[in-house]
Amino acid sequence: MASKKFQMKKNYPALVSRQIMMGFLVVLSLFPVFFMVNTALKSREDYILNRFGFPHGIAWGNFREVFLGKSFSTWFLNSVILTVISVLFTLVIALLAAFALSRYKFRMREGILNFVISLMMIPPVIMIIPLFIFMSNVKLTNSYIGINLIYSGLLLPFSIYLLTTFFRSIPQSIIESAYIDGCSSIRILRNILIPMSMPPIMTLIVINALWVWNELLLALVFLQKDQFKTLMTGITVFKSRYNVNIPLTMMGLVIITIPMIIIYFLAQKYFIRGLVSGSLKE
Amino acid sequence: MRNRRKFTEITLYLLPALLVIGFVYFFPLIKVFQYSFMRIKGTSFKYIGLTNYINIFNNPKFIEGLKNNFILLISVPIILILAIFFAILLYERMGGWKLYRFTLFLPYILAIPVVGVVFGYIFQLNGILNFFLEKLGLQFLINDWFGSSKFAIWTLMFVIMWKELGFSIVLIFARLLSVNQELYEAAEIDGASWLKKHIYITIPQCISVISFLSVILIITMFAWVFNYVYTLTRGGPGNSTMVSEFYIFETAFRDYNQGTGSAAAVILFLIMIVLIIAYTKTFRREEVDQ
Repeated sequence: MASKKFQMKKNYPALVSRQIMMGFLVVLSLFPVFFMVNTALKSREDYILNRFGFPHGIAWGNFREVFLGKSFSTWFLNSVILTVISVLFTLVIALLAAFALSRYKFRMREGILNFVISLMMIPPVIMIIPLFIFMSNVKLTNSYIGINLIYSGLLLPFSIYLLTTFFRSIPQSIIESAYIDGCSSIRILRNILIPMSMPPIMTLIVINALWVWNELLLALVFLQKDQFKTLMTGITVFKSRYNVNIPLTMMGLVIITIPMIIIYFLAQKYFIRGLVSGSLKE
Repeated sequence: MRNRRKFTEITLYLLPALLVIGFVYFFPLIKVFQYSFMRIKGTSFKYIGLTNYINIFNNPKFIEGLKNNFILLISVPIILILAIFFAILLYERMGGWKLYRFTLFLPYILAIPVVGVVFGYIFQLNGILNFFLEKLGLQFLINDWFGSSKFAIWTLMFVIMWKELGFSIVLIFARLLSVNQELYEAAEIDGASWLKKHIYITIPQCISVISFLSVILIITMFAWVFNYVYTLTRGGPGNSTMVSEFYIFETAFRDYNQGTGSAAAVILFLIMIVLIIAYTKTFRREEVDQ
């Protein structure tokens, strides 16, 4: 949209000062990431002699050492399992709810939707004490079931909102002709709406996966046993364990970050679209 | 007949979502009110009236926590001004803008605990920041950034701003893309300066997204900073970086004082209700605007 028309007239001092300001911000944004990777690639001896310089030779051994270290692979697996289950469970429930909120007309329909949207911003720390007491009573702390249920509940408001607005943008005529052909409502959802909604579904998968992967508070409280810990809670254990070997801690952080960076690269389009549509309709 | 079938279908489609939401939101929100009037010890629950509330308001830790949440609000206008400025630079297609957009958004992707641990090392007393300051001959600026109770909250605020800025830039940039070009062209023909153009066109055009972001950021500063505090400072030194979320967590799960924790959660919830009302107002306006 904004095209060549919009380029600045050649005003060199302005152009240069812009590049300098932007350059400063970019360096600031990248520096911690650079520092993390740079430190992660140093061997222990290298780090002691040369804390802030570039590594002398890349210590690939760090990668192996972290991954084979106690519990790390378990935490990694736990994070993957939790992320996959919560995201899929949320998606199925949100699809059903969004279908009801977009394709049927009934009293309270807008009321329910607005109410669900307003839940989006309530932080989990407010609900955490009753949830913990309940989960302890039914023995669901340190289990995948309990925390999955909580994660899904927290992801549902945004998921329902995003899918409902998308479903409502699909022309009614498409649905009606299917009804006339005698399709049941669940088949309309499965065979017509879902295939047409792949972009928002992708967005949801990416954003929700990132959220679960990065979640700390609930994981700390509900998954205290080492065999159930996730990577995010593991980080803190990890940091004190390798207190003397900082390159290993940094390598752990790099490994945790890689899956997210890959997802961001592959799905950048969906990702930004999702964040934007959370606040304004495109 | 048809109506009854429609009703059954709606119920079936909505039921799973309502059950899960009810379990995760409604049930705990009711319970937390009830618990805030109780002393909870293991499996014994005893009503003790307003004692928990009296206790938290006499507890310097909780008061410091709330105060720090308010101090963090200072970052909101700073983030907004920086975000508007850099979004405009991107929008005006400065050289390399695509690359810049990608990198500016990178902090937003990283997990807060990861960011926390890395910044913890950067700001250490013998960390890389102080190392650079020394090399540059700026010894007088060297500080124990997270170790001194005078600076810790400001260092924490810097890390939060570092992480949150990218999101605001991307949102404002997205809004700018749909601003009518002719407005700017007309202003240029009239000879408006760069600054005037943006004060009189960009800001009014983006006002809804800016107000939306303000509310989101205020909510963030009140209720989504636990991860930073947990990985960077654990509320210390002293109570200098205590925030209400961390107070609730510590009281309930470190001191096992779940009644008092619930009272603090109720106070936070009341603050959130006010903010959420503001949020839904801007949210709906947003939809009408587009």
